[in-house]
Amino acid sequence: MKNIVCAFIIIAFYSACKQGGNNTTATLPILGNREPVTKTVDGKQVTDTVYSTIPAFKFVNQYADTITGKSLDGKIYVADFFFTTCPSICPVMHRNMLNVYKEFKADDNFKIISHTIDPKYDTVPVLKKYADKLGISGNTWWLLHGTKEETYQIAKNYLVSVQEKNPQGEYIHDGYFILVDKQKRLRGTYDGTDPAQVTKLIADIKTLKTEPDQVAAK
Amino acid sequence: MKLAFVTGTVLLFIVAVVASCQSDEQVEFNRYYSGGSVLYLAHCQNCHGEKGEGLQSLIPPLTDSVFLKQNRLSLACYLKNGLKGKITIAGREFEGEMPAAADLSPIEVAKVLTYVTNSFGNKQGLINLQQVQADLKECK
Repeated sequence: MKNIVCAFIIIAFYSACKQGGNNTTATLPILGNREPVTKTVDGKQVTDTVYSTIPAFKFVNQYADTITGKSLDGKIYVADFFFTTCPSICPVMHRNMLNVYKEFKADDNFKIISHTIDPKYDTVPVLKKYADKLGISGNTWWLLHGTKEETYQIAKNYLVSVQEKNPQGEYIHDGYFILVDKQKRLRGTYDGTDPAQVTKLIADIKTLKTEPDQVAAK
Repeated sequence: MKLAFVTGTVLLFIVAVVASCQSDEQVEFNRYYSGGSVLYLAHCQNCHGEKGEGLQSLIPPLTDSVFLKQNRLSLACYLKNGLKGKITIAGREFEGEMPAAADLSPIEVAKVLTYVTNSFGNKQGLINLQQVQADLKECK
């Protein structure tokens, strides 16, 4: 009996070691709700996990081009929420986001989208001017304009909290950067006001790009 | 030997006197400066950056010593009432709006200004409470 227990412990330790060894190729978690879906395939019950994904949307970018979910097909992207007259956390968020932009702007399969939560003031020309002043050009980083309802609705899918103006006339929003993979699944959330977390985001994007799922997806 | 000891003691005494003389001003400066650094972090750094570098062409840097010197008497008003319209900083034009830091008291304004005008490559000495109070009376 004692021998069996010993053997069991040894096996347990061994398998623990083995798992540790497998972790050398890091993978990012998949965030958001998930539900098991059981289908019958060839007479057998197969259970698959369905992850929550970003649903279809339609916004306009700083060039007045229409941007939909299709525009991001086959792209890894980072999303955030801001407004151009934001006096608090936005400048620091976009100072940090510029590092992400500089790192990946040569990559056709990478995008950044920043939704304005103040569409009334942040019209397309205002967004274009902001982009110019921020020093971003080309099609790596899109500043997206849409109705308040659409923007606030899609924020929920990114697990980001945005709210109407508070009594002081300020918009309340959090400064998260959300990493989304080519299957439109959430793979990470990072505090965009913290340079260390944004450095981690850049590292995680590099990790994500090497995942077999991401390499294969077109 | 005795002479050397006496000379040494006298020298030490002189040095101590000079050092403590300096420190009165220095202590006041340090008090403003360190208080200012905390206020800067809370009120200014998000936009103007940790090193006063600003943000691209959106937010001007605080490294233009010439601008800070020329506008020294207006800085308190800029902080207290905000700043709007075109300005040229370090040879570059900026247009936007700096929100008013209306919740800062005059002493806090003095501390922040002392910090900014003595950081990021600036070295313009103390801006004290009396100075700020006088400047705020002249706000346009």
